[in-house]
Amino acid sequence: MAELVWISIDESPVEVEPGTTVAAAILQSDTAGFRRSVTGEWRGPVCGMGICFECRVAINGQPHRRSCQAYCESGMVVRTK
Amino acid sequence: MSEPVYDVVIAGAGIVGAACAYACSREGLKVAVLERDFIGGGATAAGMGHVVVMDDSEAQFALTRYSQQLWQELASELPADCEYVRTGTLWVAADEEELIEVRRKHQFYSQRKVPSEILDSRSLDAAEPQLRTGLAGALFVKEDAVVYPPCVARYLLERSRDLGARVLLGKEVIRLDDEGAAFEDGTMMKGAVMVNAAGARAASLHPDLPIVPRKGHLLITERYPAFVHHQLIELGYLKSAHKSTADSVAFNVQPRKTGQLLIGSSRQYGMDSPEVDRSILSRMLARAGQYIPSLPGLSALRVWTGLRAATPDNLPLIGRCPGYRHVFAAAGHEGLGITTSLATARLLIDQLMSRAPAISSEPYSVQRNIAVHG
Repeated sequence: MAELVWISIDESPVEVEPGTTVAAAILQSDTAGFRRSVTGEWRGPVCGMGICFECRVAINGQPHRRSCQAYCESGMVVRTK
Repeated sequence: MSEPVYDVVIAGAGIVGAACAYACSREGLKVAVLERDFIGGGATAAGMGHVVVMDDSEAQFALTRYSQQLWQELASELPADCEYVRTGTLWVAADEEELIEVRRKHQFYSQRKVPSEILDSRSLDAAEPQLRTGLAGALFVKEDAVVYPPCVARYLLERSRDLGARVLLGKEVIRLDDEGAAFEDGTMMKGAVMVNAAGARAASLHPDLPIVPRKGHLLITERYPAFVHHQLIELGYLKSAHKSTADSVAFNVQPRKTGQLLIGSSRQYGMDSPEVDRSILSRMLARAGQYIPSLPGLSALRVWTGLRAATPDNLPLIGRCPGYRHVFAAAGHEGLGITTSLATARLLIDQLMSRAPAISSEPYSVQRNIAVHG
């Protein structure tokens, strides 16, 4: 089995299998949600294939990345909300 | 029942038509506004919404400054969705040569009591960290602002309605003459005074008006709050924007209240189709990327185009149309229609009421001798 990948989600370390998307990692973590809409409602992945843009998070400081389209890489810093 | 005769019949419910309707309604005049599509459906919705003082010519300065002051008065009553924010403008100088222009501009504004301040390279870095380092400086023009124009147009028309104005949407005027406005179905709406505020389509009602469409592209991004803080324009803008021959692009970025960024700008002649032109869009974004290196990493939501109503001397046409007694024009505002809409309405109503205007209306007269500019 390949070595596990460590990433940070909202400052908590999360350990995932290689090839895991950031969206899947967030779902495996204790994080409450992915982002909030402009009116404050929680949003999360709907399509899981890059179309709906609902699963956006900040990855390594870059906002509005689709978490379902990014694979976890060691040392990645993910922020939800 | 026969239609009443209106005091003022306005063709066009863009921001200029809306401002004219409000100014006339406030004088107690009976106003009708006729719009082919919907409120603010032309350049009003397509443009950026930058309330900006310009110094291209004395006449342009006088109109933009007067109008900016009217915006400051209006701002306190505007609803939140109009998103009026006094961001100021940073005219960015790329090199020493452009810095000379910054100083000239600063002197021009100072002499005319427009608050502005020169930023050196370091202060510019501090004010806008997303700009690339090594730019020469900027002129910060402090009272410039940003608004969301379609909501302002709607607000001005709502207020006009409260004062008794009639606003008809989906009503295309095919002729506007001394009798009134004529429609496709052969009916008419009669008025004492008619106003052509049809923007880029003004010349289709009155072919003598020297107005041609000048196409522009804009892009809006996702929300990146506090990415930039001021309206940012390259100082070379005037050099590129008002050449009336070739297509041009310029760096022009506006922060919206939502945290989104509007990215412009482009100017193209001889095109009136709404299609996005990929080659000029690429040039426009490449230009913006030269000033904001992180720009290519931003996520874009939409790109669209709009048509500015351009005149040969870059000044609007405000006043009586030649060959008519009762038909007036309020059109040809090019890229400054949001800024100058309120002053346009004042100059028009002052003419209708035979009052002395706050600034001379002569430079904008429809019958002026129009010199081709730049």
